[in-house]
Amino acid sequence: MNLAQASVGETVEIEHVGGERAFRRRLMELGLVPGTRVALVGVAPLGDPLELSVRGCSLSIRRADAATVSVRRADAPAGAAAHGSAPRDAATPLGRYAESA
Amino acid sequence: MEPRATTARVKQSAAPGSKVVAVDRPLAVVVGNPNAGKTTLFNQLTGQNARVGNYPGVTVERRVGVIRFDGETRTGHDEPLSVELVDVPGAYSLSARSAEEQIALLAVLGFEENPRPDLAVVVLDAGQLIRNLYLALQLIELEVPVVLALNMIDEVSDDPPSPEAVGALFGVPCVATNARKGAGIAELRSAIYAALRDRARGRVAVDYPAPLRQDLDALVSALPAAWRSSAGRDRALALWSLASIEADDELSGIEPGLRERVLAVREAAGSRDLEEEIILSRYRFLDQHAPSLYAQVERRPPKRRASDRVDRILLHPVLGFLIFIGVMLVVFQSLFTWADPAISLIEDTFSWVSTLLMAHLPAGVVRDLLIQGVIGGVGNVVVFLPQILLLFLFIGILEDSGYMARVAYLMDRIMKALGLHGRAFVPMLSGFACAVPAVLATRTMERRRDRLLTMMVVPLMTCSARLPVYTLVIGALFPPTKVFGWVPVQGLMMIGMYLFSVIVTLVVAGVLGKTAIKGRRVPLILELPPYRLPGVRTTLRMMWERSTTFLREAGTIILACTIVLWALLSFPRLPETGAATAAASPAAAIVAGGSAPDQPTPEAAADEARALAHSYAGRLGHLIEPALAPLGFDWKIGVGLIGAFAAREVFVSTMGLVYGVGKVDADQATPLRERIRAETRADGAPVYRPVVGLSLMVFFALACQCMSTLAVVKRETRSWRWPAFMFGYMTALAWFASFLVYQGGRLLGF
Repeated sequence: MNLAQASVGETVEIEHVGGERAFRRRLMELGLVPGTRVALVGVAPLGDPLELSVRGCSLSIRRADAATVSVRRADAPAGAAAHGSAPRDAATPLGRYAESA
Repeated sequence: MEPRATTARVKQSAAPGSKVVAVDRPLAVVVGNPNAGKTTLFNQLTGQNARVGNYPGVTVERRVGVIRFDGETRTGHDEPLSVELVDVPGAYSLSARSAEEQIALLAVLGFEENPRPDLAVVVLDAGQLIRNLYLALQLIELEVPVVLALNMIDEVSDDPPSPEAVGALFGVPCVATNARKGAGIAELRSAIYAALRDRARGRVAVDYPAPLRQDLDALVSALPAAWRSSAGRDRALALWSLASIEADDELSGIEPGLRERVLAVREAAGSRDLEEEIILSRYRFLDQHAPSLYAQVERRPPKRRASDRVDRILLHPVLGFLIFIGVMLVVFQSLFTWADPAISLIEDTFSWVSTLLMAHLPAGVVRDLLIQGVIGGVGNVVVFLPQILLLFLFIGILEDSGYMARVAYLMDRIMKALGLHGRAFVPMLSGFACAVPAVLATRTMERRRDRLLTMMVVPLMTCSARLPVYTLVIGALFPPTKVFGWVPVQGLMMIGMYLFSVIVTLVVAGVLGKTAIKGRRVPLILELPPYRLPGVRTTLRMMWERSTTFLREAGTIILACTIVLWALLSFPRLPETGAATAAASPAAAIVAGGSAPDQPTPEAAADEARALAHSYAGRLGHLIEPALAPLGFDWKIGVGLIGAFAAREVFVSTMGLVYGVGKVDADQATPLRERIRAETRADGAPVYRPVVGLSLMVFFALACQCMSTLAVVKRETRSWRWPAFMFGYMTALAWFASFLVYQGGRLLGF
């Protein structure tokens, strides 16, 4: 599956970052390397772009670009991890809007 | 102690060809991720004395300040008394694709025309430690002497990283700071002082895969001689080249030999993923050492950040959008109306000074030049300050609080469709008030192409200076009747002009973005930083810097243009007609804006009209009449258009002079309105029919009748090419649109 297919509130683990070279380089340099956990926190009111939470940081990328990032479902919520694991701060298990829904 | 050869650098001063000045002062650069508090820290370290310049070759601001060491204990003679500090633009990494991204590397290594720094102060956001260390790691690989500032330490009080451990990771000094509160600044100064004295470098050994190490060996020999130094730095530069250079990058100063070698290595790498090899190796190193950087071994379950709770409201699909509209309305309203009292005050002050000089100076060309050219010109510059200050107050608050990134997030869908960056929204909105501050506001966008495209279309928005022109034309030529019994025609016309300008702006943005200002589609990667209270000092400082650069750089151009315009309108003078000497100076009411001292008598007004017709501007009006005739304009309107270069609303007062009705206030234009209705051609037909009015308004909507806008575009792009392009395309667009309106209207029998 790819990152654009994740549902709001879901935490996934990055397998491979695709897309154009400058884009994937910048995304990986921001810490979205294979093995890192990413949560899809929300979607902008007009449907694009997406809001992600990764390594304790909020990032936004467009749906079309997110589709180039292949991911797999992460079973355990990222929060319980110790310092050493890649997603030091990854995501809250619930998305921002999932709770109020 | 090591010899300090590098401190006595020779630095070229700003003006080309000027004397070379020796600066005997070490240089440090401040680098860090965007939103890491770099600028606040820079301000804290340097106090009140920053100079703003530009990086060589690109329009990116380069701020320079000085740290003075007073209290530090000296142990020898040749220790620094002060250090020059350069604020490097925020970057997540040194790797680059464009010339702008490349600045970070060039500034840090002192390549090309940049002076060579002796030290880099790396500002780390303690809440985003690993990602921030990624940048620090690259600097240490490049063997740049580094001091780390573990900033915003207050935001991670529940689980703070230890500065000692972070410093120990690379063997460099590390100081915990909270730049907003000024905490840790004294310690950081001492650390900078000590690091300059000891010149110690850090060390790091990332475990890159063996094939990648071989690639680097192959690249090192292709590095230009000027880049070569130690083996470690050569390897780091090879790594940078491999990550950054590609066949169609937009980097500057890359030697063809190096580019060829990089492309050959990438070719030979086949299916290997070089980016992933480089970046993943570095992150593995950092993630592996992450636990040792924190005091606590097991972390507590993460607390939901306060910022996330705020975002639940501010990015809410419905509520968030309403709040967004509210915030933008406040920004717009303030520019449009709140700035008015200050603008009036400035105009009144200049008018008062003019009256004073008028009374105390002997009549003559010198007095006229002083009052109408110089004082009027300075007034034309200063009058922009209220809006510039207000806009940058809001931009400062929006940027500093983190909301600007949310504006880009909320608006990206719409702006993307226009080929514009999400951050272009605030400048575009400001364009409804005035294009001058709006053009300055394009600085919030990083990419040159985004800035250029926004700058080129912002003057198409209906600015407040067009309103008096529309009011005059609509009031004079369209009946105050209502359609459907309740919709006023005049109001409808006004709304129509606004809609017209928005639609044209969007279409032009789309067309220019695909033609003259073509750019690669750049994927959006937007960080939404945590909300923070805006720093008062940082914001005030930005307002100050923006205003002073505007006054200094754009202001001089506007002043010069005003004087030229004054000369056009004043010379040659009418042969002396006795009583008319004082009054027959039409330029007074035009270029000097509100500073025309007195209301002339009807006879004097008639003299003014004759003087204007006699002047170069009047002749120019006649000269361009053939070009304006197909639009339905006569030479008198031509003179009005020339006068409007001072500012569009000046069209109204120019027309007042042309028709000899004296000084016209935009709000009290009744005599002018009647005069316009009564104006006839030689054959007795009225000059102004509604179709002419419409043609005139369309011309004003599209033409770049504003020297101040052209001056700021020149200032922001550092070239005459873009203001020339802007003037050319807008004038052509205006001419053709007015032509279509007038000729089409005539064909339809209006």
